[in-house]
Amino acid sequence: MRHFLTILGHEVRMLLVSPSTYIAAVTFLAFMGFIFAGILAEYSTTPQENSPAVAFFELFWVPVIFMVPLLTMKSISEERRLGTLETLLTTPVSTGEVVLGKYGAAYLLYLSLWAGTGGLFYILHRFTRDTFLLDLGPLLGGYLFIAVSGLLFVAVGMLASSLSRNQAVAGILGVVALFGLIIGTHLLGGLTTVNLEVFAPLKAGLEYAHVFQHLDDFSRGIVDTRQVLFYVSGAGLTLVLSVLGLEVKLLHS
Amino acid sequence: MQVAPNMSDSPAAIAVSHLVKNYAGVTAVSNISFSVAQGEILGFLGPNGAGKSTTMRILTGFLPATAGTVEICGHSVATETAAVKRLIGYMPENNPLPEDMRVSEYLYYRGRLKEMSRRQLGPRIDELLELCDLKRVRHRIIGKLSKGFRQRIGIAEAILAEPPVIIMDEPTIGLDPHQILIVRDLIARLRGRMTVIISSHILPEIEMTCDRVLIINQGRVVAAGEPAALKRELLGHARYEVEVMAESADLAAVIATIEPSLEITAETTPDATGFRTFELSTHHESDFSEDLLRALASDERFRLRALSRANPTLEDVFLAATKRSWDVIDRAAPKPATAPPQP
Repeated sequence: MRHFLTILGHEVRMLLVSPSTYIAAVTFLAFMGFIFAGILAEYSTTPQENSPAVAFFELFWVPVIFMVPLLTMKSISEERRLGTLETLLTTPVSTGEVVLGKYGAAYLLYLSLWAGTGGLFYILHRFTRDTFLLDLGPLLGGYLFIAVSGLLFVAVGMLASSLSRNQAVAGILGVVALFGLIIGTHLLGGLTTVNLEVFAPLKAGLEYAHVFQHLDDFSRGIVDTRQVLFYVSGAGLTLVLSVLGLEVKLLHS
Repeated sequence: MQVAPNMSDSPAAIAVSHLVKNYAGVTAVSNISFSVAQGEILGFLGPNGAGKSTTMRILTGFLPATAGTVEICGHSVATETAAVKRLIGYMPENNPLPEDMRVSEYLYYRGRLKEMSRRQLGPRIDELLELCDLKRVRHRIIGKLSKGFRQRIGIAEAILAEPPVIIMDEPTIGLDPHQILIVRDLIARLRGRMTVIISSHILPEIEMTCDRVLIINQGRVVAAGEPAALKRELLGHARYEVEVMAESADLAAVIATIEPSLEITAETTPDATGFRTFELSTHHESDFSEDLLRALASDERFRLRALSRANPTLEDVFLAATKRSWDVIDRAAPKPATAPPQP
């Protein structure tokens, strides 16, 4: 794993010097700012039960579905297309280290983008000094959820990137996979057919993988190890599949 | 420093035996065997699609072979891939480089990946930048450099960690004559210290730098050996070019009187003034230029304009060897259709 740090450092460096990172960050923060402003407008007209943090994190899936594939689609596809993967893999580096290094960098960028939204809450706190509007519990729970669930979401993006040498295809694959994971499980769980006894195992599985339920629990301050394990093991499995996907492509290149 | 016991009998730097590679039903490499001694420079020649790049990729451990074994300095590529990767420096075809890095930054990153220490890397990069004439561009972005610079960055990267085996797929492609000279010197400096395999289409280049040449076609080795020996084997000993106004039958009769093995191997159609160029060849080693000149000039039937003794180039060897292999392949092709001989 000694090359993991070399690759991670290199990837982070490349992200820091690349203009696309800053464009992504500005777009992301602008978008989140609009959502935040919309929520606040809602709060100013009608009294609400929950703190704004709860409402804010409920919309986490919008940036996740569109931002994560954008962050990860380039990582492996681009190397394959340019042929630099060949030079990379003829050094004493394993495919696992390459995938992990790139994953680590993408995850760090994902975290730092979300950390930027902390500024929105800081501004709110600065100008209102209202403790209800800045309830620490849901806020920390929400960020913890983002950090834990991001492990899986970014891994899904990496898997999509390892499957195609075309960035656009990798991006679309990523969007579809994340949509299926976040919204698909939600919609399936809502179907009445699932309540049939035949589908009981499916229902149990859907409940276990119900991302919105996880968010709800985290926001209430409930950190269930089963949920953390779901994301951690899911990320691990997805990364293993990414490594395998990459190696299969090499075998048939 | 302790010398490993097996260093004394010094295993071949590269030993390839019965290598086969199939891609989705297409045989890219079919039963290739060769070995390269330590410190030797081997030229790898072949027409496009002959299987050169595939063979090189298998040597680096990037692609797995379908069958056969490859050993680099005694380590099997299939089972000890990690060890093999520490022993080679590889420059792939088309030399892919990251577009958005600076030259020195890239070399530093590659050095770290090749497990060089930070302290080692600084002076080594300076040395390489000097050696490859890259000092002027060390802080420039690679994507904005011309082909010649990019090519030399690829070469610098391949020899960065001073591995015992260097594999370069067409290192001189796209370089101007001055840069080719630099690369040639660079490769010549590696002679004896590192084992080098180069593939190239620039045949004089290979001839000047390589100790030995391996010509492959259709995934098979069709000729191997020192360039001079190959010329003798494939082309005969000497060729002459005569520009003369004559009938080929007359000329054939006259040259046969000079040396029986001398024969016409090619002739052109007469040009506007009626002269034709004949190509003569013989297996005899002595020089018949003077005899030819005297015989042709003194004969009334011939009007001689020019005569020269041609030095065959590697290009001729290459063409002859690949042509020969096409013949072999064409002849071999209908074989499976015939019934097997009865015992």
